Amino acid sequence: MNFDDTPQEAAFRAEAKAWIAANAPKQYEDELKKSSLGRTALKGANILEVAKAWQKKKADAGWACLHWPREYGGRGATPIERVIWQQEEGAFGKLSGMFIIGHGMCGPTMMAFAGEAEKKRYLPPLASGEKVWCQLFSEPAGGSDVAGLRTRAEKNGDDWIVNGQKIWTSGAHYSDYGILLTRTDPNVAKHRGLTMFFLDMKSPGVEIKPIKQANGASDFNEVYFTDVKIPDSQRLGAVNDGWNVSLTTLMNERMSIGAGVSTGFPELFEFCNSLMLDDGPAIEDRNVRSKLASWAVKASGLKYTSMRAISALSKGERPGPENSIGKLVAGSMIQDVAAYALDLQGAAGVLAGAEDAEATGKFQAMLLRAPGTRVEGGTDEIMRNIIAERVLGLPGDIRVDKDVPFNKIPTKGRG
Amino acid sequence: MNFDDTPQEAAFRTEARAWIAANAPKQYEAELSKSSLGRISLAKDDIVDVGKAWQKQKAEGGWACLHWPKEYGGRGATPIEKVIWQQEEGVYGKLTQPFQIGEGMCGPTVMAFGSEEHKRHYLPKLASGEQIWCQLFSEPAGGSDVAGLRTRAEKQGDNWIVNGQKIWTSGAHYSDYGLLITRTDPNVPKHKGLTMFFLDMKSKGVEVRPIKQANGMQEFNEVYFTDVVIPDSQRLGNVGDGWNVSLTTLMNERMSIGARLATGFPEIFEFCSSLMTEDGPAIDDRATRSKLAGWAVKASGLKYTSYRAVSALSKGERPGPENSIGKLVAGVMLQDIASYAMDLQGAAGALTGAAEELATGQFQQMLLSAPSMRIAGGTDEILRNIIAERVLGLPGDIRVDKDVPFNKIPTKGR
Amino acid sequence: MNFDFSDEQKQMRDEARKFLAEKCPPKAVRAVLDGHASYDKELWKGLAEMGFLGVAIPEEFGGAGAGHLELCVIAEEMGRALAPVPFSSTVYLAAEAILLAGSAAQKKKWLPAIASGEAIGTLALFEGKGNPSPDGIKLAASGGSLNGVKKPVPDGAIADFAVVTGRTGSTGRDGDISLFLVDLKAGGVEAKALTSLDPSRGQAELTFRNCKAEPLGAAGEGWSILTQVLDRAAVLMAFEQVGGADRALEMGRDYALDRIAFGRPIGSFQAVKHMLADMYVSATLARSNCYYGAWALSTNASELPEAAAAARISATQAFQHCAKNNIQVHGGMGFTWEFDCHMYYRRANATALGLGSLSYWEDALIDRMRKKNAA
Repeated sequence: MNFDDTPQEAAFRAEAKAWIAANAPKQYEDELKKSSLGRTALKGANILEVAKAWQKKKADAGWACLHWPREYGGRGATPIERVIWQQEEGAFGKLSGMFIIGHGMCGPTMMAFAGEAEKKRYLPPLASGEKVWCQLFSEPAGGSDVAGLRTRAEKNGDDWIVNGQKIWTSGAHYSDYGILLTRTDPNVAKHRGLTMFFLDMKSPGVEIKPIKQANGASDFNEVYFTDVKIPDSQRLGAVNDGWNVSLTTLMNERMSIGAGVSTGFPELFEFCNSLMLDDGPAIEDRNVRSKLASWAVKASGLKYTSMRAISALSKGERPGPENSIGKLVAGSMIQDVAAYALDLQGAAGVLAGAEDAEATGKFQAMLLRAPGTRVEGGTDEIMRNIIAERVLGLPGDIRVDKDVPFNKIPTKGRG
Repeated sequence: MNFDDTPQEAAFRTEARAWIAANAPKQYEAELSKSSLGRISLAKDDIVDVGKAWQKQKAEGGWACLHWPKEYGGRGATPIEKVIWQQEEGVYGKLTQPFQIGEGMCGPTVMAFGSEEHKRHYLPKLASGEQIWCQLFSEPAGGSDVAGLRTRAEKQGDNWIVNGQKIWTSGAHYSDYGLLITRTDPNVPKHKGLTMFFLDMKSKGVEVRPIKQANGMQEFNEVYFTDVVIPDSQRLGNVGDGWNVSLTTLMNERMSIGARLATGFPEIFEFCSSLMTEDGPAIDDRATRSKLAGWAVKASGLKYTSYRAVSALSKGERPGPENSIGKLVAGVMLQDIASYAMDLQGAAGALTGAAEELATGQFQQMLLSAPSMRIAGGTDEILRNIIAERVLGLPGDIRVDKDVPFNKIPTKGR
Repeated sequence: MNFDFSDEQKQMRDEARKFLAEKCPPKAVRAVLDGHASYDKELWKGLAEMGFLGVAIPEEFGGAGAGHLELCVIAEEMGRALAPVPFSSTVYLAAEAILLAGSAAQKKKWLPAIASGEAIGTLALFEGKGNPSPDGIKLAASGGSLNGVKKPVPDGAIADFAVVTGRTGSTGRDGDISLFLVDLKAGGVEAKALTSLDPSRGQAELTFRNCKAEPLGAAGEGWSILTQVLDRAAVLMAFEQVGGADRALEMGRDYALDRIAFGRPIGSFQAVKHMLADMYVSATLARSNCYYGAWALSTNASELPEAAAAARISATQAFQHCAKNNIQVHGGMGFTWEFDCHMYYRRANATALGLGSLSYWEDALIDRMRKKNAA
């Protein structure tokens, strides 16, 4: 048991470190370090532009999408090299937020199901950040129950005509392409009538409306489709096999190992270290310590859990299922952490302005953003189901809609 | 909004208080007030004997089973009078534990489904504590799923022959009679083939075996039935209608408003008030205060929730569903409190000997007993289902066994 | 990076698990729990023969000379099996104290005896209620003679020797405390067995009356050595706790798969499966914290104090959580003496207290993180 790199790993790390030192946009480092959940923005610069520039620079030098094959814009690196890169990239990694869906979900799906010509054409600009991709799965009627989606695609000659609505699409407003899951046969059971496509987000008939979130920000969108035409050549996988294609996408989402989930602990610990209460520094208060300790061991538990997965990668093994706990633990934790940081501020905790609030309002922003974390990318309840079923081997939920034709599934809970 | 009695209530309270002051077994007061979960017994006397004597005395004074009609041994009192009595009876109420199932579940079921003759014969002795009743519902294969029970009753002339096993029967070893639910038809869906009886626990073929619990105590029993004969006259309700009869029983169990529910809070508050740690009194420590405050508001929340139900009763209204939260809140809370009390004692918290101070030993017993609070009389999970379904109106669980003949329901998971 | 046990270590784990499955089934734990024996002597002998008692003791002192990672592996298995033997007191506390501070002669006298199973050792630290603190140590030590009472002492009634904390000064500083090594069979000590939450592991009161004792480590260094011993023991005990937590989780999972209610396995109800998923989460967090503790322990890293506290807290929480909810998943049967659930519940709550309670370690963790942060 050790934390040392192998000689190859050490060489890779040294190279990455040197390149980052020479090329990273240092002027933003402080600001990026201080950013936290619900608050990742730069003063005096558009974070999207800064991010695109950094991604392009990385791509030019061969540091983008490290684990992808070279011919598609990657480096052909090993999984562990990718992790080392992430460690070295540090705070600059926060700039990749807008590419995560493209790199983590759309790219791998294209790689698995698109034709060779499409891969050569679309993947390199995706890797270099010149083109941004989004993922169009969730719908008003299909959240946790993704396969409950209702957006129709109907065959018309060599094209498909799409009508319907998607929701919770991150970055749709700045995306160039999207992967889109549609219903092509409503007369069969819900998992059996789906088909996957990719499309140009500038296609006529695509309309994007930002969603104003509970925290006031707008990171997500509704996307409306009205008679949108998609050539059959942009179909991914067989007709009506979309559910299996989407599993590839989602599997890749959940495999993102080493991606540090935000727990709020470092922020709270720093805050308590500097905060003075009536009777002395907050960090000397026993109650504060007791709470901090419980969160500290969760944060460190997550950190070392991900190191165990990295170790498995490093040995060329498939990581175990442990990593599935990350978002579940971090989601409710960050909510609790933020609420406690406000509690420590007393009545003033309600003030959210950067000038008035302690720690420039960071915890207020965190509190308001945190509920989203427990919902997006799989709710806490879905995550617990996944752990119970795939890790512990417990039976799946009873599915009353399993063998029912999609158009016979009830759409309203009562009357 | 006020906490005052109406004039009638005040008069009742004065009368009850005076009678209790004159008649209660004062010699046990101190011991009873110190008893807590997992630790209810008297040093020198058998608590069941003392309980029986107190119940008999109450019955003779007209204070037993207050809300029952007079002809069945009660007082015909109003629900609010029953609550006032409980408030005044205070710690002596802990002596009524052996009679609670009889009074709260068996009695009301006999009252609803027994013949007039049976009611006059059995209920007064039940009320006076001379005869103790138990309830024989749970089985190894039917815990939360009561209707999954397998004990068979088969008709033979004017009698029924019972074979099978019950479990978790409180007080079966000192009970005279029992309320027994059986399966009389295994070929129909599970809720439809049940029939209810009452029986003499001294009947031939009834065998009572105590269960040793996780905390080392023995409060419950297994009861085995081998060719036990029950006359058809002791059937309660129609053949095949036992499930509906049992709902009366269980409804009454859950209606027990104002019943004292142990939360452990008074004990932990007292303990923290007196405990000295190396940095001073535990109660001065902020971490301790934060925990105590969290529990204090749960305890007071439960107390005032039950006051709200009492108020509804006082106005002659039916109490709302709020009271169903009690056991769910108290069970987990007891477990957490016991654990924290031990934490405060450091390594010595693991010691349980009689030589250790009473104040500390009680939390170890509480810790070991608390898991049963989260299970007995409805698990936490069942209680959450009840709140979600009956209070919030959410749909029930999907019942895969609903229309399946009982003998076709799977009995093994893998 | 290789943040995992090696194949050899995993093989040792399998070997230990197999050995304990055979020699330490629940029946063996019950024999001690029910008071038929003070500990499982046969098992103790077997553990010595397998080389598990001396796994971290150097070969020159009769041990296997493997190391602390190997000891962590064994500790986890001991916790899984609820082994009713004085392993933690002898190996994590007494042996570690001697390894850290013992003279050559002391090592030579006691370590081989520990490795061979001939000597049971313990640490006599607590004096009634309270957590570890120099102020809590009143036992008078002067002129090589001890006077005072220690309680609870784990396995104190069956131990052959004890490491004892004693007061050698009254300046109010840590330097007032020194450690002593006492041969409990040489007279001057009276042992009285105490009843505890977990009767499968013994607790005792030791009364010292003009008891002869030899110093362990330098005078006035007692508190400093003790702190290190407790940190090392915290990591090892955390592995025991994680072993117990994992087993309790497995028991709950198995029961949820087998038990039918309402016509379905109870594990198909979300209320039950989510409870089990949450148990898995705490057990996983604890295991990962323990691995870090193991690394820090085995390399004597400067991170050990922080890593030990984190492992201890996380494992205490996980074992308590899993043991408690294992009973809940089992329903009424989980509350019977006959089912094994309560043995894990008892052990979980007893091990949560043995080296100082959760509150104590929480306070210690933040104190240590703060100091590191300031440095």
